[in-house]
Amino acid sequence: MLTIETLNKQYPTPQGPLTVLRDINLTLGAGSSLALMGESGSGKSTLLHLVAALDTPDTGKIHFQTQELSRLSESDRADYRRRHLGLVFQQFNLIPSLRVRDNLAFQARIAGRFDPQWQQTLIKHLGLSALLDRYPEQLSGGQQQRVAIGRALAGKPDLVLADEPTGSLDEKSGDQVMALFLDLIQETQCSLLMVTHSTRLASQLQQQVHLVAGSLT
Amino acid sequence: MNHSAISRARQRLNLLRWLLQTLSSHWLRHPVQLATLFTGLMLATALWSGIQALNTQARSSYDRAATLFGSDATERLISTQGQTFPQQLYIELRRGGFRVSPLLEGRIRVMQQNLQLIGIDPVTLPGDTRIASVSSGQGSLNQFLTPPGQTYIAPETLQELGLAAGDQPLVAAHHLPPLTERAGLPPGLLVVDIGVAQTLLGQPDLLSALLIPELSDDERERLTQYIKHSTKEELRVASSDEEADLARLTDSFHLNLTALGLLAFVVGLFIVHAAMGIAFEQRRSLFRTLCACGVSRGVLILGLLLELLLLVLLAGAAGMIGGYLIAAWLLPDVAASLRGLYGASIAGQLQLSLWWWLSGLGICLLGALIASAQGLLQSYRLPLLSIAQPDAWLQRQQSLHRKQGVIALLLLLAALIAWQSQAGLIAGFIMLAGLMLCITLLLPVLLGALLQLAERRSRSAFMFWFWADTRQQLSGLSLALMALLLALSANIGVGTMVEGFRQTFTGWIDQRLASEVYLRAENETQALAMVEWLEQRPEVEAALPGWSTEIQLQGWPVQLQGYRDHATYRDNWPLLQRSDDAWTQLAQGSSAMISEQLARRLSLSLGDEVRLPGIQGDLPLRLVAIYPDYGNPKGQIILNLSLLKAHWPEAQRGSFGIRLDPQAAPQLISDLQASFNLNASQVMDQASLKSWSTAIFERTFTATSAMNGLTLGVAGIALFSSLISLASSRLPQLAPVWALGITRRQLALVELLKTLLLAGLTALIAIPLGLLLAWCLVSVINVQAFGWRLPLHLFPLQWLQLFLMAIITALLASIWPVMKLARTSPATLLRVFADER
Repeated sequence: MLTIETLNKQYPTPQGPLTVLRDINLTLGAGSSLALMGESGSGKSTLLHLVAALDTPDTGKIHFQTQELSRLSESDRADYRRRHLGLVFQQFNLIPSLRVRDNLAFQARIAGRFDPQWQQTLIKHLGLSALLDRYPEQLSGGQQQRVAIGRALAGKPDLVLADEPTGSLDEKSGDQVMALFLDLIQETQCSLLMVTHSTRLASQLQQQVHLVAGSLT
Repeated sequence: MNHSAISRARQRLNLLRWLLQTLSSHWLRHPVQLATLFTGLMLATALWSGIQALNTQARSSYDRAATLFGSDATERLISTQGQTFPQQLYIELRRGGFRVSPLLEGRIRVMQQNLQLIGIDPVTLPGDTRIASVSSGQGSLNQFLTPPGQTYIAPETLQELGLAAGDQPLVAAHHLPPLTERAGLPPGLLVVDIGVAQTLLGQPDLLSALLIPELSDDERERLTQYIKHSTKEELRVASSDEEADLARLTDSFHLNLTALGLLAFVVGLFIVHAAMGIAFEQRRSLFRTLCACGVSRGVLILGLLLELLLLVLLAGAAGMIGGYLIAAWLLPDVAASLRGLYGASIAGQLQLSLWWWLSGLGICLLGALIASAQGLLQSYRLPLLSIAQPDAWLQRQQSLHRKQGVIALLLLLAALIAWQSQAGLIAGFIMLAGLMLCITLLLPVLLGALLQLAERRSRSAFMFWFWADTRQQLSGLSLALMALLLALSANIGVGTMVEGFRQTFTGWIDQRLASEVYLRAENETQALAMVEWLEQRPEVEAALPGWSTEIQLQGWPVQLQGYRDHATYRDNWPLLQRSDDAWTQLAQGSSAMISEQLARRLSLSLGDEVRLPGIQGDLPLRLVAIYPDYGNPKGQIILNLSLLKAHWPEAQRGSFGIRLDPQAAPQLISDLQASFNLNASQVMDQASLKSWSTAIFERTFTATSAMNGLTLGVAGIALFSSLISLASSRLPQLAPVWALGITRRQLALVELLKTLLLAGLTALIAIPLGLLLAWCLVSVINVQAFGWRLPLHLFPLQWLQLFLMAIITALLASIWPVMKLARTSPATLLRVFADER
């Protein structure tokens, strides 16, 4: 489903171009999960952003199903994220002016794939029933991340991209959120590409790859 | 359209729907910010559209008056001897085959109002005139001509008189024919059959003009010859362009009003810009999230534009209603000013066209787009992966300040070019706007530099933080402070000009109105009787007659005034420039004196020769003095009385100035009223005339003062809204200081002090800017607009008042945000640290 071929990415810096990703090759099948591991600054998040079509590679190709992402227009890239992806960020990135129920439904609604029954299932699984009328600022970090996971899965995406989803949470909350997350991924039967620096979390996924100084080892 | 296209369109609509709902949810969570934005847009629209309503109303009245007798300056025959001529001349012309139409014009008082009365003969009126279209049609010709006849009146004039259609008010012992509404007529005008007009005006068998239909060259030549030989040159051809002059003369008045409206509009837009800037900043992370969820930048911008359009429709509509109310409030004063200054009649009831509503909403949309352009552009260029930094806003502000500095320099350059070009009033306003906006844009830079200087010199840690934090706060308040600077400097500038004008005007009128009593006759017969009567009164030292007529010089209307040589003029008449023995030279008949505004208009100086077109050809006269003539929109030339009568036999007697012991004036006035049945406006003592003139002057500036006050109010709202919007975003800066041991109450007081400090510094900068504005108004704008240059007076007490007003405005604007801060719960402050995990 996802194929990455000879991907390279550099960023300009005052000291000259900085190579963040070097000749990355990766494949992720439908319904499978992959943990992308590495130290801070190893290029994990950059790779995730390229797969999310939030950024474009300098060279190399990313194929998602039949599409080559770098050939898509800005509008088509937005369309790709809306229809096929679910994104979970470390900082939750909820919409502060929407209540929990609307945050949960947001992406599914704009993708035209809102399913009330599935929404109820998610709410139940994520334990958000009592929080539906609250605003994000009225939630704890763990609760916010559960809403973010719900939002990513509400549209039943083909691929979920998660950038250190438990990075802002303490260990106990992180473990609880991660367990829920993986259960729901399984139930949704979507693929998962997760960035983490935790070996313990990575071990719960089917595949693990390490990024060191921009190269896969 | 195929199925997939329909499905795609449906998906896009669905996306847009949820996007709009999400964007609008921000405003529901931040109602004060929404109220600020709404208020800014509403006020800007209201003030601008209010002024436009006044201008439109006045111009519509001028147009109706100008086109009353034709689409352009229709020619007419008038007397060469006086105001009227015998009706027999008309009959002779008709018998001679000329299709002229008779007219008798005069003024009458109806229900305490002075109205213009025109008598017409609808049967002979040229068909292309507005008055012909008004009087014909609706099968009303018979009713108009047969007893009791009809009096045509504009609906708004009828309403102002408090009368109803069909009423027949009493005028000089006669009843007017039943009043009949005619929408196309200008305000302040009554139209009756010519016979009725002759009766009402006491001028039987007399006419004041004959309208001439459009003539071929042959017809014109035949008419000229006929007038020369058959009417013994009792008539001459004149173009009726007085109303067209009115539009030209009042242009400056309306341009000044427009400039004030524009200033208020700009100040209103500062609020919108500030509110929009904060809203865009607060929604920056939301926009990133939306893009991450699959909303393209194009759709995001479309959503933001639709959101703006909705706001414009709501706030613009409210603004238009506000504009209507402002215009209705100011209309009586503006109408009185135009009547007093230019003799223009303006309808007292606002009549606003669909165009006014649409253009008002259009200007609201344009203003909103200008105010939001920066935010929209930033949103479009928003890097999807930028990490939000707490000080990003400050960094952007610093970059913005650099850009503002460049724009300020460009504006300064434009102002200097406009000043050097001296290309009329528009160039004057460009210079004024350039200077004001230049200094306004430099304000944040100036304040920043001052605060940085204070920061460097501070010795305690607390004071160091105080100055540094004030500098950071400056970025959020700069737009509101700029609006305050504009409003304060406009107040100082306009206030200095008005107060200076008041002083100059009072001194000038004291000198100009030197006679103890002023007397005006209704006609020449009465004037002669008055002269005889006054000669019998031993207390009268002199009766000084003033005669006048009007000519055109280089396309400008010019009043020619003829005075007798008398010590009253030599001793009192104020002159700006004079040659030796100016009055003696004037008495000898080879010289003239010219008003300041006319000298400027015609680029004439002392010693120049002016050639005045009279019946004996051009009369060359040497200019021996230039005198101020404040408040008179028309140019004026004074010459010897006998010279005026010889070259302009149609000259009319104006009022007499009577010199006598001031103690004897009341008795003389009383005797004159009894002997000639005069009303209060026909005979007046010096004090009454001065107070009447001053009242007109004062009213002229009512609209200006009101607009100034409103602008300052708008600036106060800008400051308030900025402080409210900033209140929550200030918490991350204040929470650490609170955690270090400063109480919430102390923090609130410090916040208040900072706002007052910034407002105070802004007010101090506004003083020199206001004086610069006053100088521009007095030395450039007034000279271009009205033709007179006033001395610049300084009023430090006024500056002090405005400084205190700025402090009070800032204090009032700060109270709520400061109280909100003082009451912020510790939990809220602690959340700042929680969010920083």
